[in-house]
Amino acid sequence: MLNSLMLFVGITLMYSTPLVFAALGGVVSERSGVTNIGIEGMMTIGAVTGATVGYYSGSAWAGFFAAGLAGGVIALLHAFASITCKADQTISGIAINLIGPGVALFVCRLLFDGATMSLPVPHKIPKVFGSLNSKAFQNLNVDVTVVIAFVLAVFIWFFLYKTKWGLHIRAVGEHPAAADTMGLNVYKIRYICVLVSGILAGLGGASMTLAIIPQFTPTAISGQGFIALAAVIFGKWTPHGAYGACLLFGAAQALTVTLGGGRFAVPSSILAMLPYLITIMILILFVGKSSAPKASGQPYEKDAR
Amino acid sequence: MDKAIKILKKPLTMTLIAVFFGFIVAGIILAAAGYPPVHSLAVLFDGVFSSPKHISNVIIKSTPIILTGIGVAFAFKTGLFNIGAEGQFIMGCVASTVVGILFDFPPVIQIPLVVLAGVAAGALYGGIAGFLKAKFGIHEVLTSIMLNWIALYFSNYICTLNRFHKPDTIGTYPINRSGYTMILGNYKTTEAGKAALAQNEFLRSTVLKTDVNVGIIIAVILAVFIWFLLYKTAKGFELRAVGFNKSAAEFSGIYVNRNILHSMLISGAICGLAASLYITGNSPHGIATLAAFENTGFNGLSVCLIAASSPIGCIFAGLLFGGLIYGGQSLQYEVGAPSEIINIVIGVIVFFVALTRIIPPLVDRFSKGGKKHA
Amino acid sequence: MVTGNSDYAVQMHGITKRFGAFYALKDMSLDVKKGSIHSLLGENGAGKSTLMNVLYGLYQADEGEIFINGKKVDIKNPNVAIANGIGMVHQHFMLVEDFTVTQNIILGNETTSRAGIVDMKKARKQILDIVEKYGLAVDPDAKICDISVGMQQRVEILKALYRGAELLILDEPTAVLTPQEIEDLLSIMHNLIDDGKAIIIITHKLKEIKASSDTCTIIRRGEYIDTVPVENVSGQELAALMVGHEVKLVVDKTPAKPGETVLEIKDLVVKNERKLEAVKGLNLTVRKGEIVGIAGIDGNGQKELVEAISSLVPAEKGSITVCGKPIINTNPRTVIDSGVSIIPEDRQKRGLVLDFTVNENAVLERCRKEPFSRKGILNRKKMEEFTQTLIEAYDVRPDDCGSRRVGELSGGNQQKVIIGREVAMNPDILIAVQPTRGLDVGAIETVHKTLIRERDKGKAVLLISFELDEVMNVSDTIAVIYDGKIQDTFRQGTVDENTIGLLMAGGKNHG
Repeated sequence: MLNSLMLFVGITLMYSTPLVFAALGGVVSERSGVTNIGIEGMMTIGAVTGATVGYYSGSAWAGFFAAGLAGGVIALLHAFASITCKADQTISGIAINLIGPGVALFVCRLLFDGATMSLPVPHKIPKVFGSLNSKAFQNLNVDVTVVIAFVLAVFIWFFLYKTKWGLHIRAVGEHPAAADTMGLNVYKIRYICVLVSGILAGLGGASMTLAIIPQFTPTAISGQGFIALAAVIFGKWTPHGAYGACLLFGAAQALTVTLGGGRFAVPSSILAMLPYLITIMILILFVGKSSAPKASGQPYEKDAR
Repeated sequence: MDKAIKILKKPLTMTLIAVFFGFIVAGIILAAAGYPPVHSLAVLFDGVFSSPKHISNVIIKSTPIILTGIGVAFAFKTGLFNIGAEGQFIMGCVASTVVGILFDFPPVIQIPLVVLAGVAAGALYGGIAGFLKAKFGIHEVLTSIMLNWIALYFSNYICTLNRFHKPDTIGTYPINRSGYTMILGNYKTTEAGKAALAQNEFLRSTVLKTDVNVGIIIAVILAVFIWFLLYKTAKGFELRAVGFNKSAAEFSGIYVNRNILHSMLISGAICGLAASLYITGNSPHGIATLAAFENTGFNGLSVCLIAASSPIGCIFAGLLFGGLIYGGQSLQYEVGAPSEIINIVIGVIVFFVALTRIIPPLVDRFSKGGKKHA
Repeated sequence: MVTGNSDYAVQMHGITKRFGAFYALKDMSLDVKKGSIHSLLGENGAGKSTLMNVLYGLYQADEGEIFINGKKVDIKNPNVAIANGIGMVHQHFMLVEDFTVTQNIILGNETTSRAGIVDMKKARKQILDIVEKYGLAVDPDAKICDISVGMQQRVEILKALYRGAELLILDEPTAVLTPQEIEDLLSIMHNLIDDGKAIIIITHKLKEIKASSDTCTIIRRGEYIDTVPVENVSGQELAALMVGHEVKLVVDKTPAKPGETVLEIKDLVVKNERKLEAVKGLNLTVRKGEIVGIAGIDGNGQKELVEAISSLVPAEKGSITVCGKPIINTNPRTVIDSGVSIIPEDRQKRGLVLDFTVNENAVLERCRKEPFSRKGILNRKKMEEFTQTLIEAYDVRPDDCGSRRVGELSGGNQQKVIIGREVAMNPDILIAVQPTRGLDVGAIETVHKTLIRERDKGKAVLLISFELDEVMNVSDTIAVIYDGKIQDTFRQGTVDENTIGLLMAGGKNHG
């Protein structure tokens, strides 16, 4: 029984980690007033970068950080379109979701002999407790990325609510005109937040291809970006809320796995539906009306006064 | 000068500019990766236009995304982001397949029955998201993402049921022939038919070699119908008012929640229609277990954006999209360039579509100087 | 060549600002001496706010010079303005609703300990010091969405003082205050002047100027007109300077001949967004051929009253009837069909679909009805014809705007479209909420004339306005709302402003 529970916890943490990185990125971007629908595309770029650099360099951490950088670069496209060109942020995000996987597969084919899968990385992200012999705690021996994700969530919470930069970010997202009149540079703050959100999404993608599956495949990132977006909305645009939502999704997935051991006569497809059905149920019962940062999704026009 | 300004502000101009830049960027990427850019584009072009068979295939492959594009565009016009088009399409396919297998009436009844099943399924599925938004205020993007996944797994489940599962495959039986909407579908499988059609070069390469079906005709009719609904009827007026300004619409007596629901029902119905025309018109006339989304719905979203949410525009944007995807296969085959370059082209086009949105306000600013009449 | 003079807090000369081909400001000047209160008077759209935005660094002038305390400065952005001791209190408050008073005040200027953590305790202390010095009462820990408008304005002033402002710009400061709060503001301003600071008040209200300022500069269509010492000028003269011709300050009308009751509200109770009672047992009657004006400060239940009448929000208790027919707790369509037409407070949010054309907006409530549609199909020709009659009757400009987006029209013209539309519905009762907000003198006149004309036709008219003058001039019957109830009702001409002001602030009428 204890074993099942630990298995459940272990799988929850594992599944939720890529989501956490991406969702935290989503929170930061939205809080500054820029909608980021392109998380999926940024994660995919991060996934392929992580796996590729991880393979060729032999170091998982090199891959991890490179993935962050790659995500950041793609995010700059979104930032340029949304902030400088004042384009429709939704369309820009969707464009990123189309370009990201396209570039990712393109690069993969180029660097891995025309294959759409990268070769497995020689060294994955290490586990927290190293190579553990204990059978009892085997399931709790999670990847270091799980811990990093948690630490990031706490850090971002602290940053947003306790520091002056967090105050600036939130002001820019709620009332950019007020922030502008107080001398804050709305454009600069938004650029930085979108960049951070891209970096985090990239890290999320890499935590998939460097820890969970040790390589990049066309289905490595299939929907996680959208689930992360859902987690941001579900968690009411707060880092702690988003973290909790990601754990919830991860737990629902874990439930599917542990229930699907053949013990219950439920078809696997129906089981696979569970996380999503549960989410909708919870939404109806608890969440109600969503309340995004007031200026989210609207380009800031200095002269529109 | 005035004329130039007017032209610059038309959505069509923006789309053309965006498409142009899409190709430029693709050319740059191809060149950077070592493939000859101009030759590649020529191969792409050839792959689409060089034979009636290719053109026919492009039209056939474009039809579902033209329709899902119209569905998403309709929702956008009324202020809703229907990212659930994918799920509605899947449910439409499931319903059409199930009804098409379970019943076997003569075509004059079977075809409408199967098609309506798809439409109804899509409508109801879209209605769920619409209802949750209207009644509980839950963001339709959130519920739609969940519903997409639920549809995917439900479709897979149906594929496993004995009644529908075709042995030794991962899919279902095809629907009964009485439900097919292919052109000359029965005729071309008879010996006499094959012989007669083979005599005409044009007919041979289109009707015999591809799944020519009535889908595109329905798509065009639907585009016109939706345009009419949106701009010529009182209902369309109300829907658009709700889409532009819920508060003002509410204040002027328009029933906002009801219209949100109607909008999602109609949008979902259009996606369901895409599904049923797809099932009845294309082999294998059934569904299969999916490992991931086939993206008909998501591609419809891209089509809609390229077409700036214009129903008529979706026809052309859909053909463009379909042409690119189909031509991309030739590209991979002949030049060896990864077919993903096509996804990049499409993504860049959408990106530039987003950028070009700033042109009208810019043009306004510099021409009139923002002067308002006192 | 202008030289800097350190007697002056600010000197602006030759200021020109263009937006495309449009001149918002043309060779404009402004001089304000230290230790004085100076008004900048002009109509809506004259360029007052633009000039101040240039001073505060939100815009950059195309030509001209600015001297602060005799020294020439180039104000590139608000930070530079703030560093030069300039503080601005905006007409539409620049406050983040979800933040506390303290957070709003220190935003961008936080004292932090290591690692950027905000030192809230220190901030509070600094704020309370300023509060004491100048008499600005605020609650540092309250959230902006929970405090009164008067306190919000004091928070805006504190924002400027916290950054060491020596020159304060107040944009339409008394628009949202009770007469009592206006007194408080005046005494705060005098405290600031005594400390050597300078204050510029942007306004189009003559009373404000007479009550507060030493000197006044008039601006018209972006150009400098004159600077006058306020003591020696009459309101009439100021109005004439502002508009460029003689202005009638009083409304022309014949006595009212009220008939049967049209709108009857009894014991109405309505809750606001935060589930607190905003209307607490309100009684009101409006008769045919009568204009009833509700005077009161924003936030005393007017918004909820209108929302309940239009059935946008539910009413908890009470009754609302139109010609005897109950309309309480139905829906907006039923209310409209029962003969109620409302000119809403927020024309861009509630009144118009900005992305629709003028033709489409003109029939917003009647799109399903003949002659504008038949069997569900729109009749665009009829819509165009109808709109053209509206445009001509109300002088909407430009006169070919029918097929243009209504968002392209100026505020005054947008309002005319709404008024024309609502009047054309031929209602039994016409309700106008803040109908002249943001309009210039000419448009204001049109609106008032329309209301009186409808009243003379035998309609019932309900006017809700935050401008006391408007209510007193236009209404036949004046009702005062405070704390969700009508406190008292008077016939026009039988009551003076002070009595009403007192009631508006919650005092009791002992006369």
